[in-house]
Amino acid sequence: MTSAPFSSSEAQSGAIADYNFAYLDEQTKRMIRRAILKGIAIPGYQVPFASREMPMPYGWGTGGVQVTASIIGPDDTLKVIDQGADDTTNAVSIRAFFAKMAKVKTTTHTGEASVIQTRHRIPEEQLHEGQVIVFQVPIPEPLRFLEPRETETRKMHAVEDYGLMHVKLYEDIAQKGHIATNYAYPVKVKGRYIMDPSPTPKFDNPKMNQSEALQLYGAGREMRIYAIPPYTDVVSLDFEDYPFEVQTFEEPCALCGGTGVFLDEVILDDQGGRMFVCSDSDYCEDRRAKGHRGALSPDIYESEESLSAQISQEGADA
Amino acid sequence: MTRHMDMTHAGDHLPKTSLVAPRPMDLSEKPLLQVRSVSKYYGRRIGCEDVSFDLWPGEVLAIVGESGSGKTTLLDCISTRMTPTSGMVNYRMRDDTMREVFRLSEAEKRFLMRTDWGFVHQNPADGLRMTVSAGANVGERLMAIGEQHYGDIRQTASDWLEQVEIAKDRIDDQPRAFSGGMRQRLQIARNLVTGPRLVFMDEPTGGLDVSVQARLLDLLRSLVAELGLAAIVVTHDLAVARLLSHRMVVMKEGRIIETGLTDRVLDDPQAPYTQLLISSILQV
Repeated sequence: MTSAPFSSSEAQSGAIADYNFAYLDEQTKRMIRRAILKGIAIPGYQVPFASREMPMPYGWGTGGVQVTASIIGPDDTLKVIDQGADDTTNAVSIRAFFAKMAKVKTTTHTGEASVIQTRHRIPEEQLHEGQVIVFQVPIPEPLRFLEPRETETRKMHAVEDYGLMHVKLYEDIAQKGHIATNYAYPVKVKGRYIMDPSPTPKFDNPKMNQSEALQLYGAGREMRIYAIPPYTDVVSLDFEDYPFEVQTFEEPCALCGGTGVFLDEVILDDQGGRMFVCSDSDYCEDRRAKGHRGALSPDIYESEESLSAQISQEGADA
Repeated sequence: MTRHMDMTHAGDHLPKTSLVAPRPMDLSEKPLLQVRSVSKYYGRRIGCEDVSFDLWPGEVLAIVGESGSGKTTLLDCISTRMTPTSGMVNYRMRDDTMREVFRLSEAEKRFLMRTDWGFVHQNPADGLRMTVSAGANVGERLMAIGEQHYGDIRQTASDWLEQVEIAKDRIDDQPRAFSGGMRQRLQIARNLVTGPRLVFMDEPTGGLDVSVQARLLDLLRSLVAELGLAAIVVTHDLAVARLLSHRMVVMKEGRIIETGLTDRVLDDPQAPYTQLLISSILQV
């Protein structure tokens, strides 16, 4: 634990500032760990915490980064995903941040990671005991768009006054014929608190139930931390005659042929060409490495280059 | 205290010459609601002072008086929307126990307010969710007490809309698209859907034109009679009191100055202020 912001030699040599392990100072980490422990003790309850300014804008995962910084140790292996992918800006930057500030090992393989920070997805590969998944949360309050007053929503949680949540689902069915909420789908945790699972697609809701891994949620701007301990009941809200359902996809992943996974739509050209691929890039790569192939797999066109050539050719033809 | 002792006579609540239609009368001797010496001060100003009365099951009580006489303050205090400076309000719960409403826990209070009580605001926008459909507005209370069958909720909502004379095909429209009178009727349906035993109404016909008022009063009168509701209606309109209530209290400067059967008070006012109030009604 280093307390001096600069070590003299580095300051003189003009090297970067010598920060504490994982960027945050130890007092801040203790404060955040206390909030996390309280969150674990009361599953689904939003614990206020003194969120810090982070060297990134709000909305880019300041809450998740603070939680990760507080729980990560030198022996941990970190995976960071953004919309399921390991190679998008947010994921790459946060992974680089911790590689630099905590000098931890990083990985893209779900199975190898001890801490997974995520924005909007839970990996397809089942998480196992001992893993921690940290969610970046923009708006922690599931009742927010129905009741704007924080004083009131806190009371509603306190006395389990949750009729309003069903009003939203009722309204979905009345207007659209089915529950049209597709992400941030409200869940009831351990039969008590209603919780917003952050903007994960509802496809991932069933993975939260009785998960072997510890699930932590950090909302930096809103200054809230909440948690679901391992092996906790998480039930998605619904009506008896309109039960909860996850999204289904008509075709398998175009690259790995995977089914029963969450797919992203990729626009190929401006002529309506599109493909559906695994949102979880690690899962997709893993399957391809094991020899699975989809309809548009590069192997069919011999190499990646010929795929892109083929795709642009198709665009030009059409 | 002597001033209001005469109000607690058993049988005083029987409407003998009232215009209200016959209804299933609860002849039990037990009051539904007891208000005891309720006072509310805004700093040094008086909101209402030393108000006491009883309300029996199925009885409609009107609180009349001019603007600023403390009617709404009193209603807010009784309905726990506001905490009085001093005094006590007791309510007979469904299990027949008398409970002091300000000693109820927040959860109990909320449960009471969304099941056994209703509150009809003067401005429907205060009592409705303007951005969700009429059906959801009516269904909210049902969902709050654990109803989880969409079809049943919708059916109940639709039945209630019919009862308050709103066309069934408006069930998915938002109250923003409704006229003032429709909004007020929707607000009434939303409150009555859980079968409350006591409804508070604050100027329910305020801001509506006379023909719409007449229809609303008709509707309220028949609903109150059919369902055997007890109600406390705050109004400055003596005609509303005449049509709806069995008994009335007249307030002036935060205090009750006269009480009695509605027809008696209106036809034979005793207090000078009441006489003035009644004589100021325009005769067309």
